[in-house]
Amino acid sequence: MSIDAATVRKVARLARIAELEDRLDPLSKELSSILAWIEQLNEVDTEGVEPMTSAVKTPLPMREDVVTDGGDPARVLANAPKVVSNFYVVPKVVE
Amino acid sequence: MSELTSLTLKAALDGLAAKSFSAAELTQAHVEAVEAARALNAYVVETPEKALEMARASDDRRARGEAGPLEGAPLGIKDLFCTEGVSSTAASKILGGFKPTYESTVTANLWRDGAVMLGKLNMDEFAMGSSNETSAYGPVVNPWRKQGSNADLTPGGSSGGSAAAVAAELCLGATATDTGGSIRQPAAFTGTVGIKPTYGRCSRWGVVAFASSLDQAGPIARTVEDAAILLKSMAGHDPKDSTSLPVEIPDFPAFVGKSVKGLKVGVPKEYRVDGMPAEIEALWSKGVEWLKEAGCEIVEVSLPHTKYALPAYYIIAPAEASSNLARYDGMRYGLRVDGANLTDTYEKTRAEGFGTEVKRRILIGTYVLSAGYYDAYYLKALKVRRRIADDFDQAFQKIDALLTPTAPSAAFALGDKSDDPVAMYLNDIFTVTTNLAGLPGMSLPAGVDASGLPLGLQLIGRPLDEGSLFSLGGAIEKAAEFRGRPQKWW
Repeated sequence: MSIDAATVRKVARLARIAELEDRLDPLSKELSSILAWIEQLNEVDTEGVEPMTSAVKTPLPMREDVVTDGGDPARVLANAPKVVSNFYVVPKVVE
Repeated sequence: MSELTSLTLKAALDGLAAKSFSAAELTQAHVEAVEAARALNAYVVETPEKALEMARASDDRRARGEAGPLEGAPLGIKDLFCTEGVSSTAASKILGGFKPTYESTVTANLWRDGAVMLGKLNMDEFAMGSSNETSAYGPVVNPWRKQGSNADLTPGGSSGGSAAAVAAELCLGATATDTGGSIRQPAAFTGTVGIKPTYGRCSRWGVVAFASSLDQAGPIARTVEDAAILLKSMAGHDPKDSTSLPVEIPDFPAFVGKSVKGLKVGVPKEYRVDGMPAEIEALWSKGVEWLKEAGCEIVEVSLPHTKYALPAYYIIAPAEASSNLARYDGMRYGLRVDGANLTDTYEKTRAEGFGTEVKRRILIGTYVLSAGYYDAYYLKALKVRRRIADDFDQAFQKIDALLTPTAPSAAFALGDKSDDPVAMYLNDIFTVTTNLAGLPGMSLPAGVDASGLPLGLQLIGRPLDEGSLFSLGGAIEKAAEFRGRPQKWW
């Protein structure tokens, strides 16, 4: 499967990465060559094989759904690019 | 004071216990070594004041009779671990200036046991790379050079700073992480010992995530015993990581030096790859001989899906990364590049903040997870992953551990493979299988090539059987008599 420049543009949009127009062609070549190499997976017979989603065989643990932490806005906001009175400031979302 | 930095971790701990020197003296010697080695670019943040403060506190604890298992040992910490109040950036511009307000579980365990932090170690950006060249801080330079050459070599990646710092005696040991080989390949390239434990042995909490089903922390050290001492402190169940295993931590150091008589060690024929240097093949055969002499039974085994591990990995790891790295949106921490609107701000922030390789992997991951391709790529890769894990399960019915080379070459020159992503990915051909299957794997130095560069052998064990790896590693270490340290040129 080869990826053309239009597909790269679409995928970059999905990933929220602004790719410059002149990067689309080189990227489509790079990604196509990586995917061509990945194609060899089609040689493996995976009929009836259960997908492996975790490397550990133990079930996920459950815990009580209770608040165990919090009430410390200064620590939560310490690394924020923009803060006003204990709120993150973000660009306008709704016009 | 250079002799203090040349000690093994074990010898340093013994010296501290015998009061031959203080933690403050040991730390001061390391602080000076770190300052004198900036040409290696191993540390991205040096924390000398913090180190000396921690060392003095350690000396006080010892005086009160409260010494922990790592009391007074100066260590380096990979920049992927969040350290409270100290810059933690995963060597990425997008986390520039990020100072966590919390401590990762693994580093907290080390400080609980008395260790001292010297600083943060360089790495490939978000641990994505095999040569340290994707770091926003520039590459680490391998302290090793080819005989008669001044050319800069890669220390490997992604834990290149950890491996270089340990090899150049800029710390007694270091934390590292391994998603596809990022502990073991740099260990092999620098003549050091690195172990990626069983998935779930070490908590991932507070470690910047790359591919969550594959990421695992472990130590890099100068001897097998030192690696065992460090892993014992780093490991342990943590309720804050749901994949952390609620199991006892064995006394890992006690396994080093234990007899390996009667252990069955498998040699997988699929790890003989085209183009592998004859020296690596010869070293592997030597490893087999050493284990035979130590009383092991050698068994030829087959892991038929080995060649598919790397392509499966390059679907699974980027897919998980594209999801994990979605959090870097410039809103709550790290870099923000203002745009015309919200989407534009996201796109500009991520374009500016991520490096080329990270963007490449996010794009691959987004593509293989996107509508219409999910089954053909992602689901297929997860099924192949099962096949690879089944291969190991079957092999471990007949054997106790596997012996393989760690990497298909010795350290290569910086810049050698940076233009060809697939050539770079092939570095992890022998290491990536254990990440997919969740198994423990250790690399240890076993010899040098014709130009004097170190080469590593890898041991792979059953889940939670790091103990056998420490015993077998101890046996190989003893037989190999690898004493090499790089000639100081920096």
